[in-house]
Amino acid sequence: MGDWMTVTDSGLSSENKNISQYTSETKMSPSSLYSQQVLCSSIPLSKNVHSFFSAFCTEENIEQSIAYLDQELTTFGFPSLYEESKGKETKRELNIVAVLNCMNELLVLQRKNLLAQENVETQNLKLGSDMDHLQNCYAKLKEQLENSRREMIGLQERDRQLQCKNRNLHQLLKNEKDEVQKLQNIIASRATQYNHDMKRKEREYNKLKERLHQLVMNKKDKKIAMEVLNYVGRADGKRGSWRTGKTEARNEDEMYKILLNDYEYRQKQILMENAELKKVLQQMKKEMISLLSPQKQKPRERADDSTGTVISDVEEDAGELSRESMWDLSCETVREQLTNSIRKQWRILKSHVEKLDNQVSKVHLEGFSDEDMISRQDHEQETEKLELEIQHCKEMIKTQQQLLQQLATACDDDTTSLLRDCYLLEEKERLKEEWSLFKEQKKNFEKERRSFTEAAIRLGLERKAFEEERASWLKQQFLNMTTFDHQNSENVKLFSAFSGSSDRDNPTAHSRPRQKKPHSVSDGSPVCTSKLARSLPASPSTSDFCQTRSCVSEHSGSVSALNVTPEESRPSQAGRECADQKWSVASRPGSQEGCRSGCSLTYTNSHIEKDDLP
Amino acid sequence: MNFSEVFKLSSLLCKFSPDGKYLASCVQYRLVVRDANTLQVVQLYTCLDQIQHIEWSADSLFILCALYKRGLVQVWSLEQPEWHCKIDEGSAGLVASCWSPDGRHILNTTEFHLRITVWSLCTKSVSYIKYPKACQQGLAFTRDGRYLALAERRDCRDYVSIFVCSDWQLLRHFDTDTQDLAGIEWAPNGCVLAAWDSCLEYKVLLYSLDGRLLSTYCAYEWSLGIKSVAWSPSSQFLAVGSYDGKVRVLNHVTWKMITEFGHPATINNPKIVVYKEAEKSPPLELGRLAFLPPRAVAGPLSSPESKYEIAEVPVSLQTLKPAADRANPRIGVGALAFSPDNYFLATRNDNIPNAVWVWDVQKLRLFTVLEQLSAVRAFQWDPRQPRLAVCTGGSKVYLWSPAGCVSVQVPGEGDFQVLSLCWHLSGDSLALLGKDHFCLCFLETEEGVGTASGQRGDHT
Repeated sequence: MGDWMTVTDSGLSSENKNISQYTSETKMSPSSLYSQQVLCSSIPLSKNVHSFFSAFCTEENIEQSIAYLDQELTTFGFPSLYEESKGKETKRELNIVAVLNCMNELLVLQRKNLLAQENVETQNLKLGSDMDHLQNCYAKLKEQLENSRREMIGLQERDRQLQCKNRNLHQLLKNEKDEVQKLQNIIASRATQYNHDMKRKEREYNKLKERLHQLVMNKKDKKIAMEVLNYVGRADGKRGSWRTGKTEARNEDEMYKILLNDYEYRQKQILMENAELKKVLQQMKKEMISLLSPQKQKPRERADDSTGTVISDVEEDAGELSRESMWDLSCETVREQLTNSIRKQWRILKSHVEKLDNQVSKVHLEGFSDEDMISRQDHEQETEKLELEIQHCKEMIKTQQQLLQQLATACDDDTTSLLRDCYLLEEKERLKEEWSLFKEQKKNFEKERRSFTEAAIRLGLERKAFEEERASWLKQQFLNMTTFDHQNSENVKLFSAFSGSSDRDNPTAHSRPRQKKPHSVSDGSPVCTSKLARSLPASPSTSDFCQTRSCVSEHSGSVSALNVTPEESRPSQAGRECADQKWSVASRPGSQEGCRSGCSLTYTNSHIEKDDLP
Repeated sequence: MNFSEVFKLSSLLCKFSPDGKYLASCVQYRLVVRDANTLQVVQLYTCLDQIQHIEWSADSLFILCALYKRGLVQVWSLEQPEWHCKIDEGSAGLVASCWSPDGRHILNTTEFHLRITVWSLCTKSVSYIKYPKACQQGLAFTRDGRYLALAERRDCRDYVSIFVCSDWQLLRHFDTDTQDLAGIEWAPNGCVLAAWDSCLEYKVLLYSLDGRLLSTYCAYEWSLGIKSVAWSPSSQFLAVGSYDGKVRVLNHVTWKMITEFGHPATINNPKIVVYKEAEKSPPLELGRLAFLPPRAVAGPLSSPESKYEIAEVPVSLQTLKPAADRANPRIGVGALAFSPDNYFLATRNDNIPNAVWVWDVQKLRLFTVLEQLSAVRAFQWDPRQPRLAVCTGGSKVYLWSPAGCVSVQVPGEGDFQVLSLCWHLSGDSLALLGKDHFCLCFLETEEGVGTASGQRGDHT
């Protein structure tokens, strides 16, 4: 109903007259309401109103028709046509007001319907015309499509033809080229043939000539002669000279003289030309400098360092060049300087001219200065706007990032778990490998530790033995009180260091021998070697110098190897005491290997810790 | 401008003496020597037969007259009229005869180019040079007269021999890398010898005086090659005209081409002045003609006067369609001449026979074109200034200078056809040679030139 109302509302006021008409009609005969309704709903039936009317209600069936109408109307939601019965027995009275109301309502509804119908019809018409239009359009477009398709086909055809033509032309060109090649070959062959023939002919001709020559010249022709009244003197007044070797030489000389003169002349000319050109260059340079020097201030003020430096360079150059009288310099030395400086200046000049050009263009632009100002304001506004926008955008980005983070945390559960599983599997694999590796290492370490502890025990025994030996030896020495030098004691200390007995001995042991040993070796004292031999059972007993030296160097190497880490010995002792500190024990061979093993150690260490976690 | 009366002449044999004092001309078997200024007959010699060639000795003391048909050369002395000399080549025949630069030797070329005989007028000695090559220009003396270059042909190879003229000693002998040497020419400074191949191949070879090959130049292949060659008086340029209608100018430093002058049939460049000869329809339109022949000398004119007009720029010149199937086709640059001051080069392209092209050598571009009504027969530069005299076989002589261009009617009875011309040493007079007559044309001195240039104003 609401829809209907909206559609018909607009038409309501305009149809007021009609309403009044209908209402007057209704006033005339209340029974016509129905017929009117029917009429309106079915226009073609309007002619048969009377027959219909007579068919529906007659004098006899008023009651029934009213009842029927009431029933009908109530079913359509109108109020009942009868008055509310006050008593059960009383017959229900026809309520005129209700009837009228109903009628009015029906009429209004009718109006609405009519309007709606009209609208629908116009709409229908409109749509129909639209449809027509669209169909026309469609037809037209179809036609166009057809046309363009046809055109395209035509063009394709033309393209094909052109391509064909092109191909043909290419072919023709190729043929022509071949033809040209052929003709050239023919020309060449003809030329060779011609040359050959010519040669042949010429030979014949020469033969004939020779023959003729013999015939003509050898006959001692009397006729070939010169009759002169008297011989005249030479133009230069000299007598003819005999041909001798001298004249030949003289001729040669003269020839070379002539050639030389010519070359000298040319050289002079070239020199002159060069000088002229140099002069011109120099002048140009000077002028350039003078022209550029006022400009020179500006760029410096503008801190335009590049041009400024160039100019100063140029000035220096110019000073140098003008100081030396440049014409006298040979080409190679001057040329480069001159050309370089000229080039530089030319560059400056060019840039300057360009600058000027720019200025000129700016001046040109100043014609639009007012607009320019306005535009600048606009520009500022624009920039402000843009800045604002940028801020907005930044905020947006921030919020988006936040949102994204939230999203990431939110959607973690299912997708990332999968991924994590993947990672975990991979990691597990790796860890397993590492674990096995580590186990192996651990086993190795254990083995080594055992061996080391054994070695330590052995060392301890040895030390004890040595200690005893030393004590006895010291005692002996003390007893002997001989004049032993300091060196000896040093050596003793060294050997004690070898045995690795005491911690406090070590630093001195491995610092001093390194300084002293070479010294002792350079001394080459037999004392030393003998002592070595005596004190070290393992050392070679031979007193060969080289051997001892190598031995010493070996020792020094081993010493240094042993003493790289003074704390090495400490763990060894500690390892015996506390087996819990296995890592520190294990680090000992590692440190011997180098820092890489050390690294690996820490690596494995961490892995072990990790491994413990799950 | 004045014209002398007309004298008889045969075989275009008319020559100024090298010192400029005399003018020798031949009439049949007579040799007439006149004073170059007064045209008075100074001497008259009678030869045995029709004279076919005359030549002054370099010192202007002797004249040789060659009578090729008889194989004879007769020499006359100007100082001693009674002195005579006759050289008989006998059965060997004679095809060419010339003086050596010292003026005391005569070089005779026998028939079939069997040999060159060098006759001395000072001694009885006779020298022979064998195997001279029969070619266009096979004999060349240096300007200073010291050396003779001679093209030779032996065993199907070309050679060049350089002789010292003072005693005819062979100085250098070298073979040239040519198919068929066509000509040799010394540079004016006498240090470089240009040799070029026959027209079948484009090849220029440059040799130093001592026989070293300085350079070879070849512009193109497979086409007719060089037609004419000219050295600039400064020895700086060598202009080579070829059958493709182009002049290529080589320089003396690198011996490479520095420019190429084409001879297009249409001239589009508005900077180039094209002087077009036009017949002057109603007579006596004084204003348009710069140099008018003086009325006093001018006789009845048989041919209409002509004048030069400056043609509007896109000018198409009359071209000749050469007969392609004939030998020596009329195409290509057949004549070249540098002006004595090196500033200009005049050329004629044979398939545009009516035009003389004048090129600016300093700017290396075309300067002017003169288009005549009929084919250009000959042109020659004034030995003193950049002034070009042109003749077309008509009764007019044409003069061009950078200032302008004039056409001058040669006065005289009948039709005096100028077939050739030669300048006097001083550039003051010009001998105009016709078939049977010759006359001298005396050019104005300073004041005349002044008026001429004044009049030229309405030309340009």
